[in-house]
Amino acid sequence: MSEETIQLYQKRIQIHPRSVKGTFRNLKTGILALALTIYFLLPWLRWERPNAPDQAVLYDLPGRHFYIFGLTIQVQDIFWLAGVLIIFAISLFFVTGLAGRVWCGYFCFQTLWTDLFMMIEHWVQGERPARIRLDRKPWSNRDKLIKKGTTYGLWLLVAFWTGLTFTMYWVDAPTLVVEVFTGQASYAAYFTTFFLTVTTFVMAGLAREQVCIYMCPYARFQSAMFDHDTLIISYDTKRGEGSKGRAKQHRGFRTPEERQSKGVGECIDCGHCVQVCPMGIDIRNGLQYQCISCALCIDSCEHDLINYTSENALNGGKTQLLRPKTIGYGVILTAATATLAWSVLTRSPYTGTVEQIRQPLYTQLSDGGIRNAYEIKLNNKLTAPMTVGIRIEGLPGATLDMSGMERLELAPQERIKLLARVQIPPTQHHAASGDKITFIIEALDGVSIEPIRREAPFYIPENS
Amino acid sequence: MSDNTNTPQPSGAVQTTGHAWDSDLQEYNNPLPRWWLWCFYGTVVFSILYWFIYPSWPVGNTWIKGFGTVEYTAVDKATGQEQGKEFRWNTRALLLEELGNAANDQQRKAMLAKVQAADYEQIAKDPKMMEFVRSVGKGLFGDNCAACHGRGGQGVVGMYPNLTDDDWLWGSSTDKIHETLVQGRKGFMPAFGQVLKPEQLDDVAEYVLTLSDEAPSSEDSERGKVIFQGQIGGCYYCHGADAKGIPSQGAANLTDKIWAIANVPAQKTLQDKKAVIKEFVAKGVNNTRVMPAWKDRLSPTDIKLLAVYVHQLGGAQ
Repeated sequence: MSEETIQLYQKRIQIHPRSVKGTFRNLKTGILALALTIYFLLPWLRWERPNAPDQAVLYDLPGRHFYIFGLTIQVQDIFWLAGVLIIFAISLFFVTGLAGRVWCGYFCFQTLWTDLFMMIEHWVQGERPARIRLDRKPWSNRDKLIKKGTTYGLWLLVAFWTGLTFTMYWVDAPTLVVEVFTGQASYAAYFTTFFLTVTTFVMAGLAREQVCIYMCPYARFQSAMFDHDTLIISYDTKRGEGSKGRAKQHRGFRTPEERQSKGVGECIDCGHCVQVCPMGIDIRNGLQYQCISCALCIDSCEHDLINYTSENALNGGKTQLLRPKTIGYGVILTAATATLAWSVLTRSPYTGTVEQIRQPLYTQLSDGGIRNAYEIKLNNKLTAPMTVGIRIEGLPGATLDMSGMERLELAPQERIKLLARVQIPPTQHHAASGDKITFIIEALDGVSIEPIRREAPFYIPENS
Repeated sequence: MSDNTNTPQPSGAVQTTGHAWDSDLQEYNNPLPRWWLWCFYGTVVFSILYWFIYPSWPVGNTWIKGFGTVEYTAVDKATGQEQGKEFRWNTRALLLEELGNAANDQQRKAMLAKVQAADYEQIAKDPKMMEFVRSVGKGLFGDNCAACHGRGGQGVVGMYPNLTDDDWLWGSSTDKIHETLVQGRKGFMPAFGQVLKPEQLDDVAEYVLTLSDEAPSSEDSERGKVIFQGQIGGCYYCHGADAKGIPSQGAANLTDKIWAIANVPAQKTLQDKKAVIKEFVAKGVNNTRVMPAWKDRLSPTDIKLLAVYVHQLGGAQ
């Protein structure tokens, strides 16, 4: 195919962002350092737990337990995850409504890892002009081979450790590392590590801004949360362009007075704001969907022409931070957080359910009494043993028979199914007909908590 | 028709194959994308490797087996021992391998070993072992017993005993249930239709009903009692003088509210109740209530598990 063949897709133009110093760069570097430190070190943090894994944060899928510091989450509490996701979503809406794409610019893992990879690239290959020169050289060039090879090698190392660290959150970290390098880890561990290695390498090293532009759904729908008061990063066109547009600093256009008299703006068209942009856009063209609000162009402009502002402020008004949208999101966010916190803090240390066995529905006993059977499921959610007692009430004359397991010692995190038989003497048939029975499952020692009450039907045949 | 004109084509336009038919009919040249083509070649190479490893080509009545093998452990039916086996690659062997390596299966094996080592009393006292027996026993019972005794062991009146109640023809201890499973049982009661006159049968039926308070004592029942306890009927030989049955004979307890064969509870009137008993006493039981012996069909472990399972179904004492 010749170069002139019609292309359906725009060919990617390689971006070589220039490094920049400034307030926002420092902020971003700080967040990057903090986030990566937490991510890479958290799996190594130990947490004393009796009778349970000692990893501070461990998502134990085969064991069906999530351990997060002092909190142990069991399968039946998985709905908390919905709460966490709701809080994440509302936080995103709230922050975006208030200050634009803060998530994209400062916190998104795509941004963070791309930033890290660019730092490596910068360290090995040098500043923007050097990198452009290097890219232009043919692959036969020794210098290029060494530098690019080193960069890719370092990227791969970081990507691999990123993948391995991700896997560490799901199994015991020290064991995993030993197993991975001695070829004893599970297929799932190898696959997860490999997959995350590849995606990290490709997304942060090669695809970069294309992920935000073409792949990320959040990037697109976040603009829907913008309004005239949302903080955006914007070029001050009035000051920058004047009445006759921007002009480079050449003879006759050097001092502010000269420039003012000629009607040109303060922008000297140095191009720094374009060169530092990791998305490869020119912020002077106005707000664009590619802009991830990383604020590096603010740092780059020596004339303070680019700032966090809002559309209202640009038009001479005042930015309203408190407005129905942000207040609304704030209220929902607070409510969701409070609900989740309440649910977590008031969680029961054990659960119990009672289900009637329906095959057979009842048993006629030799003395004429009627027996129903029930399956009781108990689950000790604590990492300590617990004694549980089971009794019944609500059905006159009924007796409970659990073959001596009415009082039961539950091991830490034990779950067990028990058989319970309830029988009523012959004289009670009609008095009790259609009645329900209440099982009371109480913690006898270990914890003091309101007993669990479970109602179950008691079936009595009509002809008895 | 077609002449290869090889006319230089303007750049920027989609290339044609260079042929022109009927002087103006040309065909666009749209080659397959490179990545697609390489993926295609990749699949060709993959399929050749596949033929060597996995079963693939049909040859006559058989097929190429492939060099791939699967190792798994299986229980030998004859010896009951676990054996390592190697088999050519197939999905069933693969399933067995995965089942054998699963964490749950390791737990199951450990628990099974514990149950095998324990005696009935220890099992009954241990909640974890009982949970295990209920879980495994449900499957064993469903496979082997439920066809007659029903899914929940409730049986069929007149045909198969109810295993969930507290009345046991052959004894209710786990040992007795184990014995029943191993050697089977054969219920027998002589037919009294030829021995007793119809009115005598009526009297006996009346008497039997008074034993479990289904009917008040009457003249008829007193006559029945004489037949039952005397030499005419001789019922007490098997059912006992107190009519509570003799488990070693498999003779039923007639004083309780449970009717294994004559469906008394389903009858509304006294006449009907008498009729079903009378009919049954006249016919007796011969070769109609047979429990097969399971010692040659199930492993000792399975029988042990089933004995505990059946015992807990009824909660027999």
